[in-house]
Amino acid sequence: MSEHELRVSKIRDGTVIDHVEGGQALNVLAILGIDGSEGFGVSVGMNVPSDRLGRKDIVKVEDRELSQSEVDVLSLIAPEATINIVRDFEVVEKNRVTRPDTVTGVLSCPNRNCITNADEPIETRFDVVADGVRCDYCATILRADIAEHIDV
Amino acid sequence: MMRQDHLITATQLSRDDIETVLDRARAVADDPAAYADRHAGRVLALCFFEPSTRTRMSFDSAAKRLGMNTIDMGDVDSSSVSKGESLSDTVRVIEGYADAIVLRHPSEGAATLAGERVDVPVVNAGDGAGQHPSQTLLDLHTIREDHGLDDLTIGIMGDLKYGRTVHSLAAALTEFDANQHFISPESLRLPRSVRFDLHETGAQIREHEEIEPVLDELDVLYVTRIQKERFPDENEYHRVAGEYRIDAETLEAADDDLTVMHPLPRVDEIAPDVDEADHARYFQQAHNGVPVRMALLDTLLENANPDGDEGTGVDR
Repeated sequence: MSEHELRVSKIRDGTVIDHVEGGQALNVLAILGIDGSEGFGVSVGMNVPSDRLGRKDIVKVEDRELSQSEVDVLSLIAPEATINIVRDFEVVEKNRVTRPDTVTGVLSCPNRNCITNADEPIETRFDVVADGVRCDYCATILRADIAEHIDV
Repeated sequence: MMRQDHLITATQLSRDDIETVLDRARAVADDPAAYADRHAGRVLALCFFEPSTRTRMSFDSAAKRLGMNTIDMGDVDSSSVSKGESLSDTVRVIEGYADAIVLRHPSEGAATLAGERVDVPVVNAGDGAGQHPSQTLLDLHTIREDHGLDDLTIGIMGDLKYGRTVHSLAAALTEFDANQHFISPESLRLPRSVRFDLHETGAQIREHEEIEPVLDELDVLYVTRIQKERFPDENEYHRVAGEYRIDAETLEAADDDLTVMHPLPRVDEIAPDVDEADHARYFQQAHNGVPVRMALLDTLLENANPDGDEGTGVDR
């Protein structure tokens, strides 16, 4: 993409989450718990052309280096995502997301009768299983519809 | 030796855990006097956020036969729960009053939460449509006394979707060499989570909509109640419930040694004329709740107090 086509400018320091499946950028921010109130510069590109994915989303978070454990949860909705750590305009680290063993506090349980949906002081906790995630409390399995249950 | 601190789901139980409790239940039944003061001075809390007759009373009886005292939270309407207290707070408070907690709650996962909040043993006595593992232990005890637990063919019939006794029993049977047949209307088949666990263990399971084709293969028929409130239309309920009802005539096609079980209460899914048949074992099954729950409490309290401190009772 040439310079005059750039829709989102380069960042000096921070994290670029690239190759996010088209349409999932806002879910990525929701999973990371970033809503703009933290004061970081956040840029989002949605449905930009991609050789690999056809259309992809990009999320850039300035002045914040996201840890591997923070971004691994993204693998549930954006398994192809790449994580670039940028320092002084240079990519100093490039990682893929890997599936975590458990996901804590990010998703809500789709079972309305689960104790995590009662009025209890409790964080949700899901085990990551072969083709989805599973509530540690009520054992309900969540598969394709994970993005619909991001707890924001 | 059962290693767990709590009994929350049947999936946590190994074959060894189950046999430890069932061996002890047999010993308790053979010589109840030997256990009479075993946990004297200890207190069991009964916390039932949903109605219960058998489970509540058999735990009460079991505890007292071990020399324990029991304290009962009473009805939800008369407790602090009606003031909006969370389950987390309720069990933390009760932990200070008792050496073990028996919990029944309408939400799935309630016992898991309680187990995370307290250090005393928690027994899940039913969490919504989730699990009811102490019922499973007494079910297994009943089956074991009649047939043994290996080389077993069992049919589990009725409400398999919401039936927590079914979910626990099916999971526990995967620890044994059991062929499991599940018989239910399409709308009340096993839930995805239970099916997932059964497939993970490689269990032999088959699903049917009618009992007749498999009845003569069965060693055990485990019948559960189909609840009216699961059906939006009352006519549909009556139609379905009628198809999953057994009577003495139905059982003419069964093996002579078939054992018919039911976690009770029954409504009309087992006709009264079955009560007199040699097949009927559901009242014995309910009675087995006492020695099995004595054995369970004894095991959990022993784990929780490994120094051999047996309260003020006899040190063994």
